[in-house]
Amino acid sequence: MASFIQLMVSGLATGAIYALIAIGFTLLWQTSQTINFAQGEFVMLPAFFVLAAMNMGAPYWLAALIGIALSVVILGVLFKAVIVDPMIRHGVLPLVITTIALSLFLKESVKDFYSSQAQPFPALVAPRDLHFLGAVVSLQSIVVLAVAVATVIGLHLLLNKTRLGRCMQATAQNPTVARILGIPVGRMVLYTFLINGALVAIASLLISPIYLAKFTNGEALGMAAFIAAIIGGFNQVRGAILGGIILGVLDNLSAAYLSSSYRGAFPLVILIAVILFRPQGLLGRVEERAV
Amino acid sequence: MKRFGPLSVAVAAAAAIGLPFLLKPFGVYLISMWAVLTIAAIGLNLTLGYAGQVSMAQGAFVGIGAYTVALLTAAGWPFFPAFILGGALCFVIGWLLGYPALRVQHHYLAFVTLAFNTLVFLVLRNEEWLTRGSYGIAGTDRPSLFGLSTDNARVFYFLCLAILILLSAATWWMLRSPWGRAFVALRENPIRALSLGLDTRRYTLMAFALGSTLGGLAGGLYAPLVQFIEPGSFSLNLSFNLLLMVIVGGSGRFFGPFVGALIAVLLPEWMRVAEGYYLIIYAMLVMVLMVFCPSGVIGLFEKAMKPKKPPAAPAAAAIKAEATPQ
Repeated sequence: MASFIQLMVSGLATGAIYALIAIGFTLLWQTSQTINFAQGEFVMLPAFFVLAAMNMGAPYWLAALIGIALSVVILGVLFKAVIVDPMIRHGVLPLVITTIALSLFLKESVKDFYSSQAQPFPALVAPRDLHFLGAVVSLQSIVVLAVAVATVIGLHLLLNKTRLGRCMQATAQNPTVARILGIPVGRMVLYTFLINGALVAIASLLISPIYLAKFTNGEALGMAAFIAAIIGGFNQVRGAILGGIILGVLDNLSAAYLSSSYRGAFPLVILIAVILFRPQGLLGRVEERAV
Repeated sequence: MKRFGPLSVAVAAAAAIGLPFLLKPFGVYLISMWAVLTIAAIGLNLTLGYAGQVSMAQGAFVGIGAYTVALLTAAGWPFFPAFILGGALCFVIGWLLGYPALRVQHHYLAFVTLAFNTLVFLVLRNEEWLTRGSYGIAGTDRPSLFGLSTDNARVFYFLCLAILILLSAATWWMLRSPWGRAFVALRENPIRALSLGLDTRRYTLMAFALGSTLGGLAGGLYAPLVQFIEPGSFSLNLSFNLLLMVIVGGSGRFFGPFVGALIAVLLPEWMRVAEGYYLIIYAMLVMVLMVFCPSGVIGLFEKAMKPKKPPAAPAAAAIKAEATPQ
């Protein structure tokens, strides 16, 4: 039981990070039909912005802010302007190829210009264990969970309680009608790219202390984000959250109780099952398919 | 294009036959690799380019074919039966993988196939009793043909080339048969295809099965060419690479995979002078190409070869200039 609680807490913490990445992924899909195959590398990169800033002498909090800002500008604005905008009218597939190439580009750039070694990354809190119902839970997991939940709640409030957020939702649901109603659709799409930039940066700050900052981190993270997004429902932010949590918990529990060499397979089997039996995802709406 | 087509094919054929006599052993290895990967890319082009079914699992089929040949020849089978069996196995598995495509399309299908690829990788890595896991299998023998050994790299290259020519001729023929037309109809408008009486269900499965078969056959040549296979060679990276070859070469164009595979095999080698940076440059080139010419190199070529349109009549040009806002 004690180990079960431990596994649940660390699973929830990882799951919450997956959820952040998956939310960004679904936001881009909803507003601009971008399937970002570089999403995992987008999470890997900001950690190196932070490390670079710290190497120049910035304290951690400043470096973290710089990392988030750079991520918003480069992975948000630049990504949209240089890659997505010119490509999107050619359909989904060339953009998929381009983001695959982009992920290779980011990975190799970090490897060549920073380091191919895993870099230690400062944690948000000093390592400490909390004792809770006989289980030992690391403080770090709790903090990760808290920050991720706070981010999700903030995003939820932004999307549902503000005028701006409702404009963005309208853009996602039906850009044509949104435009007729006077919503600046182009700017709303840009905002979702900015939000994605911020989300991946936050996810990067949370996950890098656990996995260490390494140029190959993105592969597993990107995969997790896709799977979480699809399990939960591609067109729902709530779905991405649920998918991320399911994935994180499942990952930890299956590695402990079933088979560690096939731990990577469980999410995939669930993915295939969900796609075959409930393609819209657990919480998703059925998309009307244009002929 | 019509006039230049046969000419460029002839030049390419001459190069394919003449080059191995001019190249060093590593060069011969590279063009053999080109021939092998082209076969796999032709298969993917069939599934993706002609029938419009997104597949990110072609690398897995190359792996299945390679492991079939490596394991069976190690167990004493001669090469060709193992080679054919590898293709047949991929036909069956590809057919089964086609079933999800009957339910879901586009990005969902991409993710199903992607998951399938990773599952195959995990099985290859974890089932050590069968595949020897991450140690891989070394030393797959090269076949001998009518008593002629293909241990020599150059002879083996010609075997690969011959199989490539055979398979591309078969594909060419198939694309011109009612089947090929049905594939394109499936890509362009599945609902109309269905209402015209095409059994879209069967053709979708067939598109997957045939494309996967070519992947498996390519794998059957890959094992004796490289003589060392391990699960990592058939991970998602290979599938991405094959997808890249098809799209960069020109998806849905017959010669696209040939050009795409050539670029994907040779470009990284040529750019080795750039040392560690070559993958960065490669990725940038792909992005630039995709931004400026999403129909790939063949598309670029077609655009360049298209006869220049005669200049519009002055009046028409004036109207057009007026119509476009300044």
